[in-house]
Parts: sequence; C-alpha cells; structure tokens
Amino acid sequence: MDYQAIRQKIIDIIAEIAIDEDLSNIDDDVRLRDQLDLDSMDFLDIVMELKKRYKIEVPQDDYPKLATIKSCIEYLGPKFA
Amino acid sequence: MALNNHPLARVVITGVGLTAPNANNLNDFREALLSQKSGLTEMEVRYMGKLAAGNCNFNEELYQKKKMRRRGTRAGSISIYCAHEALKNSGLSLDLLDKDRIGIYLGITEHGNVETENEIYELHQHNLDTGFWSHHHNPRTVANTPAGEVSLNLGITGPAYTIGAACAAGNIGIIHGMQMLQMGEVDLVLAGGVSECTGTFGIFAGFKSQGALGFHEDCTKACRPLDVNRNGIVVAEGGAIFVLERLADAEKRGAKIYGEIAGYHINSDAVDFVLPDTKRQIECMKAALAKAKITPEDVDIVNLHATGTKSGDENECEAVRAVFGASDNTYINCTKGFIGHAMGAAGALELAGNLPSFTDNKIHSCKIIENIDPECAMKNLVNGAPVEKEVSILLNNSFGMLGINSVLIVKKYIK
Repeated sequence: MDYQAIRQKIIDIIAEIAIDEDLSNIDDDVRLRDQLDLDSMDFLDIVMELKKRYKIEVPQDDYPKLATIKSCIEYLGPKFA
Repeated sequence: MALNNHPLARVVITGVGLTAPNANNLNDFREALLSQKSGLTEMEVRYMGKLAAGNCNFNEELYQKKKMRRRGTRAGSISIYCAHEALKNSGLSLDLLDKDRIGIYLGITEHGNVETENEIYELHQHNLDTGFWSHHHNPRTVANTPAGEVSLNLGITGPAYTIGAACAAGNIGIIHGMQMLQMGEVDLVLAGGVSECTGTFGIFAGFKSQGALGFHEDCTKACRPLDVNRNGIVVAEGGAIFVLERLADAEKRGAKIYGEIAGYHINSDAVDFVLPDTKRQIECMKAALAKAKITPEDVDIVNLHATGTKSGDENECEAVRAVFGASDNTYINCTKGFIGHAMGAAGALELAGNLPSFTDNKIHSCKIIENIDPECAMKNLVNGAPVEKEVSILLNNSFGMLGINSVLIVKKYIK
C-alpha cells in the first residue's frame, strides 16, 4: 500500500475523532497534538479505530509512534500490508 | 441553623432553560401546554420495535463542539443546552461571575444505562472481546456525568454533581440547590433535572415487563394520566435547569424573578420498590405546606406526578383529595400526557410549565382526559380550556421508585 493510501486511512480515522477540525492542511512532519486539538482520550480513540477497522493492535509502548502522520505511516505501513 | 452565614435566606428562580419533547424554551413550552400540543412520537427502540416516546429536538451543536458531544453523553448534552439557556435567560454574564461560587445540582433518575447498553451491543459485534470496550465507558457512566459535562463546558469550578432520586429527582435538584444557597456554600445555582432515558431499551423493556408501558395506535395518546383507559408510562427525555439566587442578590442586580421557593419536603414510603404509598404522599404534601407556612386553601395549582399507571394515578389522587379536597381555591393539573415521563427531568419540567401562571394568570389543562377514572375524579381538575385565575402559589408533586416522594412549593414574587 502506498504512502497516500495509508495516509488517507489515517486521516479518515482522525476526521471522525477531531470532528470539528479542518484536516486539509495537516503537515505530516509536525506532531498531531501541535496542530490539532487532540488529547490522550483522542489517541485512545485512534488506537481503537485501528483495531476495529483494520484489526491492527497498537501496544501501549508504541503509542509515541503515532505522534505525526509521517511516523504513523512508517509504523503502520507494514501492518496494513 | 447557625451553620452558615445565610440562615434560611429566601431563594428565588431567576432563569429557566429547558428542552422538552414539545418545546426548547420556556415560552414555547408554555404555549405548547396551553394549546394541547403533544411532543410524543413513535421511535424505533433497539430489540423492541416501534414505541411511543418523547424525544427532544434541540440543536446539540449550539453550545457544544461535535467532538465533546461525541465524547460525552446525551444527558450531558441536554444539561449543557439547558444550563446555557438558563444563564442566558437570567441575564447574567458568566464572565462577570466567580465560577468557584456557582453550584450545579442536577436530579437524575439513572445515568449510564444508555452507554452500557451501547457498549454491550458493540461487544457482541466483536465476539465478546472486551478489548473493544470503550475507554470512554467509565467517564460516560459515572453518576456525576451530566453535571460534570456542564462544569467542563462552562468552566464552572464550584461543586457540580447529580442527585439520584428516581422520578422525584427534578424537584430534589432544585431543593438541594436552594439549601446550598441557604448554607452559603455557593452564590449562584444551576439546578433542576435531566433525562436521556429514551436512549436505553432497558427502561422501555422494564416497564413493559412490569405491565406499565403506555401504548396507543395514535402515539400522541399513548400517555393518558387519569384516563380509565390508560395503560402505562411513555418514556421521555428532556431537561429543565433553573438559575437560583438568594433573593437579596437577585434584587440587588434587578433580576427578573420567576418565583420564590416557598416550601418543600422529601420523605420515603419504606414499603415497596415500585408501588406508591398514599399515606406518605399525604405526609409529604402536608409537611411542605407547613414549611411554607400556608394552608391547602392558599395553593392555586397542584401539579400531579400522574404518570399514567393505574396504581400511581389512583394513589396520588387519593392523597391529593385528602389534603386539598376541602379547598375550593386549588386547581389540579398534570403534564405527562403532553411529553411523557421525562424521569429525572419530570419534576423540573413540570414546574417550568406552570411557572408562567404567576404572570399570565392561566392554569394549563391536563392533556384532554377522555374518560376520567372515577378513582381519579377531583374537584377543580383542569381538563379542557385553561382556567383563567390569579395564581400566587403552586405545588409540584414528584414521586419515584423505592418510595421517594418530593413536594416543592413555589410562590409568586411580590416586591
């Protein structure tokens, strides 16, 4: 799966959680928390959606790997494959 | 009562915010009750099919971000709407108030059933793997959630909690708020009752199993208190929150005063989980009258709890006849025929529906009762056009499961 396809899947999940936010100008290299109003409960929502939609389990130790879109794609890419 | 700096301060209502199945503010609610407008509709209830219910249609996004609505609960959303509306209606600006000195006290019948049922439903979609159980479950289901969501939304840092008192809770939220003002614990109160009950099939199913779920092919007639052909309760959601202040504070700022809390009482039957007890209801009304230092003849309106169950209606009517039977001045009405039983919100909504009587001098009718149960026949039962009458004092009954009774007396404020 290519970068854009994985990116879209992640953006789709974030769109459902950060429901009030405009996601069209997200910078893939900047921490999501620094550009969106996201807190720890929201990150748990992202983890839950990954499990529900794609059966991807993210162990607690790996949560920091979801910090930016880019790090999400690097971490999740092999799991989507 | 020397516990405090404000012994037995007089407490008044200076703002009203509400959502009911037939209106989203006090004026529209009053108009709906005066014009016999039903708010009952048919809804699809999980596992049960189409049932009569009372659902509100206020705009959830008016005072709440979508994300916070998604994170929170329907009861929280109803509470946030009512709290904003009440503050707006009071003319107070939150920015100018000391948020540490505001108390939020909301009566609830129950809280958490909606979220728990939804989670269990989800669990079954995932082969009972509890790894799919939401991290939102606990914050959504702790009993203080509706009040806590208001605190978070408005940035109010004073005490914010709920009071569980079954269907007597709407009155008791207000009574508790008044007491906190009298004790000097807070300077401003947001108090009332809320219900999200239509979101849970369990409440419908529980009443059905009890033989107490109201139905009719015309859903607007599914709830028929005092009618010999009634067949039970129609579950409703809703909320009513009042701004309460000590009279001296309200007068100082020139507030519009809707009424003064004149008396109240709360007691318990201690006899049955669900069946009411006439004797304790009589005692509760008499004790409230004594606290208000008035006689039955002084009361212009008694608003019945009257849910539309045979035993509930008949017991209450017997109790009301025992207390008010000799009073020619007292008129009787009830509200649930219009909106169903809004559980924890019922007492607060029903008070709100009658408060305008102090200014428009009308007493709203019950939803027209076609065939009055002879056991519920009462002198001065308002069943038809509103009664034109000067109104100075109203008494609001709200009773609940496990035998809790609450009576609240509000009088017209005269300078």
